[in-house]
Amino acid sequence: MKVLRSIGLVLFLFSFGLFLSLFFMSEYKLTKEIFVEKIKKQHQESLEPTMQELFDKPYSTSYSFAQAVSNSISRVNEQFRNAQQWDSVIYDDYTSSLTKASTSGWVVDNTGLLFFLVFGVGLIGAMLFILPKASLETAGIKNDGIFHNVLNNRGWIGILIGTLLIGFYVLIYFYDAYIMNWIILVEPLKKWIYPQGESSQWFLYGFLYTFAVLVMGVRMILKYRHSKYQIIRTLSVMFFQLAFAFLIPEILVRLNQPYFDFKNMWPLDYDFFDAWHINMLTSAGGLGIFMFVWGITLFVVGVPVFVYFFGKRWYCSWVCGCGGLAETAGDPFRHLSDKSLKAWKIERWLVHAVLVFAVIMTGAVLYNFISGTSSIFGFDTYTYLRKPYGFMIGSIFSGVVGTGFYPLMGNRVWCRFGCPLAAYLGFVQRFKSRFRITTNGGQCISCGNCSTYCEMGIDVRWYAQRGQNIIRSSCVGCGVCSSVCPRGVLNLEVKDEKGRFGQPVLAGNNHVQQG
Amino acid sequence: MKNIIIIGNGIAGVTAARHIRKRSNHRITIISSETTHFFSRTALMYIYMGHMDYKNTKPYEDWFWKKNRIDLIQDFVEKVDVVEKKLYLTGKGKLSYDTLIIAAGSKSNKFGWPGQDYKGVQGLYSYPDLLEMEENTKGIERAVIVGGGLIGVEMAEMLRSRKIEVTFLIREDSFWSNVLPSQEAQMISRHIREHHVDLREGTELQDILGDNQGRVRGVVTKQGEQIECQFVGLTVGVSPNIGFLKSSGIDTQRGVLVNEYLQTNVKDVYALGDCVERTYDLPGRRNIEQVWYTGRMMGEVVAQTICGTPTPYEPGPWFNSAKFFDIEYQTYGNVWNELKSNEEEFYWEHHSGKKAIHFVWDKGSHQFLGLNVFGIRLRHELFDKWLREKRPIQFVIENLHEANFDPEFFDRHETEIITAIDLAKPELKIKSTLKS
Ligand SMILES: Cc1cc2nc3c(=O)[nH]c(=O)nc-3n(C[C@H](O)[C@H](O)[C@H](O)COP(=O)(O)OP(=O)(O)OC[C@H]3O[C@@H](n4cnc5c(N)ncnc54)[C@H](O)[C@@H]3O)c2cc1C
Ligand code: SF4
Repeated sequence: MKVLRSIGLVLFLFSFGLFLSLFFMSEYKLTKEIFVEKIKKQHQESLEPTMQELFDKPYSTSYSFAQAVSNSISRVNEQFRNAQQWDSVIYDDYTSSLTKASTSGWVVDNTGLLFFLVFGVGLIGAMLFILPKASLETAGIKNDGIFHNVLNNRGWIGILIGTLLIGFYVLIYFYDAYIMNWIILVEPLKKWIYPQGESSQWFLYGFLYTFAVLVMGVRMILKYRHSKYQIIRTLSVMFFQLAFAFLIPEILVRLNQPYFDFKNMWPLDYDFFDAWHINMLTSAGGLGIFMFVWGITLFVVGVPVFVYFFGKRWYCSWVCGCGGLAETAGDPFRHLSDKSLKAWKIERWLVHAVLVFAVIMTGAVLYNFISGTSSIFGFDTYTYLRKPYGFMIGSIFSGVVGTGFYPLMGNRVWCRFGCPLAAYLGFVQRFKSRFRITTNGGQCISCGNCSTYCEMGIDVRWYAQRGQNIIRSSCVGCGVCSSVCPRGVLNLEVKDEKGRFGQPVLAGNNHVQQG
Repeated sequence: MKNIIIIGNGIAGVTAARHIRKRSNHRITIISSETTHFFSRTALMYIYMGHMDYKNTKPYEDWFWKKNRIDLIQDFVEKVDVVEKKLYLTGKGKLSYDTLIIAAGSKSNKFGWPGQDYKGVQGLYSYPDLLEMEENTKGIERAVIVGGGLIGVEMAEMLRSRKIEVTFLIREDSFWSNVLPSQEAQMISRHIREHHVDLREGTELQDILGDNQGRVRGVVTKQGEQIECQFVGLTVGVSPNIGFLKSSGIDTQRGVLVNEYLQTNVKDVYALGDCVERTYDLPGRRNIEQVWYTGRMMGEVVAQTICGTPTPYEPGPWFNSAKFFDIEYQTYGNVWNELKSNEEEFYWEHHSGKKAIHFVWDKGSHQFLGLNVFGIRLRHELFDKWLREKRPIQFVIENLHEANFDPEFFDRHETEIITAIDLAKPELKIKSTLKS
């Protein structure tokens, strides 16, 4: 069994190494034909004189190639600007499309094989590493060595993975041309789902995300195999990621319908009310209209009703994609969340500020959509609200920080400090819900396992040791506090609202008033 | 405003301090030698196993003490002068008090075995003990644990988490048999073995062997068997830590003697927690109870007394909990290791061997007396209530489903349990819709 695990690790590291080295494995050469095919007619004339220098010139890295392309476009634009020919300035981003078309060599010729070597072998390796654990250890809480481990406890592997993740997010969001080999790698899958489609950085991202949720979901299920709650919950996030976030939208596109993730909702889905999005849905026939209505119903009716009956967890740790990644790939890092009172204060300010920002931004966007304008109180909505939101919150906060910082600040940085939907769900959970975590009489021994493993940084023990229900807007109901508690003190319960905020009670002692 | 000094920053001393602060403006100082801040002793094992860091075991953040005006002094009290009302500290010299609370906890028992002072031989009670254990077990292959109680099994789990081979010597015929009835003792013994612990029942320690550097190299049992090892854990119980009170005039026997108000024989001197021996009897309770909960409850009570509401210490029905490797254990009321003559019992064990429940009731009146439960979580509040209300066993069985505290989706066993008890004890005439 141990040998199997070692083989698995070697296979996985091999495929991961191969994946990283793909970065350097192609040649990039722009030709006249590619130029003619990819550049819009109206730009060809102005671009050709400078771009000509690149024709048939081989580049060995995507970086140098993409730089050369964007330099030549900037040079042309600079001339236009100097000549004050504002209308001629080229805003189209040709870097990715040219890079993709100009890539040649081993990766392009062997995508099928490479896809198997990276993802097939990677999957086999991961499973060989994960599955035998079940026979090496009895079922139960096995957090052995987590605080001694260089991966889990901000050691060098943790920092390395954090750095890789942050780098990956920066590339995906802002420099997709540099990772063209990876985008090409998943092209066969894209074609299989949707033959007319082309793989993009977003398809790559969606695929890797789903891959991570599924593989690490299996690990999570195994780790908590003694807890049916954890098993069912993990299966749920795996299902929603695979079906709702990844496959259904792709299939919809193949069926000529709008790309739509039925489980995503405003304000997490911050471009839902963008003019282009509303137009896309409302002009796509009956299904499009249904999607539009569904998206609105989900947050107007779905959130309050479901949170009332089940707590915020119905979304955050059973359905949501960000939550799905956090609960699977992020599980090894849950103990890194900051439990201090100070962190809680920062959390409340930050997450509610983001919610306010999202509401103002969306309000302005909707106002513009309805009134046919593009500014509000004299400020251009896109420049001052929509774009900064998309950049700062949508990309940097939720992606780069939200996931890149898993190994440094825990697996729920985004959900806790940044997600406006979490703030909204939490608001309902705090004030109008049947959900609470109850404590079992006087059984708490203040050991601290619950607080340590709370990914949302809730100091669960603070409540448990004084016999008080835990009602916190941030609680995503993952149930891990209850799982790790060695004395069976904590339980996620939905019952009558009465007594939810009741006095702390520690059963067992006569004549004592608690407080 | 009184000047209150508390010796010991464990659960007993700290609970007293917190509750006094809630009720008054008295000056509060806690003196303790072990660590600067209160930490959870019960979590020591998790630090060793890498589930937590030391800082995670502190129930309150470090700012808490200052904010609540509780002064902390890390020092050792060598002597108490109850006439002058003064304490003599190793570092800080003399300190005066108006009211003294002694919450000095326990210390590990050592029975004067030959070789018990070799390096690598130790008990586990304090944080320094844990650091020593960390040091003593670095890179070793085999350990022997002597004494089959809760700390012993925790130590076995700790060592196994680092893949160290463990031989576990217990004098009795089965694990923790001075507390557990034989059915559950056997189940837990099986589970301990499942974790690859070499459990030796009916085996006593004779001698501890050392090498010429003064390090332990093995043990010899009473049967004459020699077992090689590089570490010996002595977990043969704890006793009240009262050495520093000798000749202070405060009455002690095995522990500091206290009355219902947790007062010692000396005015304005109280004692709480592990170090206490009660001079009065409480039904179903031992006079020295070295568990977390009693320390906490005494702290709550003494705070009321000191703040002007004299309150006797009268804990309700006994409860406790523990975890043996993967199996959680809870107990409510009294289940003795051997059935008393007036008692009747029913034991159910799940086919997995990881869940069990053991009811005890009075033969004549059918009054429910207590239960042990393994692998299933039950509600403390309900059992506390049912025990106080002296409910009959039938009521408890019929309402068992209400007391379940397991997470959602967990397998439920009420039907199976009720059916089994109905079959075994038809005379109870159990009425339940859950009967199959
Ligand atoms: C490994 C382990 C696991 C345990 N697990 C459980 C469990 O799961 N459930 C349960 O109910 N109980 C458990 N216990 C028992 C429980 O921890 C104790 O009952 C409880 O901590 C006692 O609290 P206390 O406040 O009375 O004393 P302590 O926590 O012992 O505090 C006393 C403090 O006073 C200090 N002190 C003593 N004398 C002096 C002096 N002269 N000068 C200065 N300072 C002094 C000591 O250094 C110590 O820090 C466990 C104990 C151990 C060791
Ligand atoms: S609730 Fe459980 S895990 Fe949390 S401190 Fe109490 S005993 Fe430990």
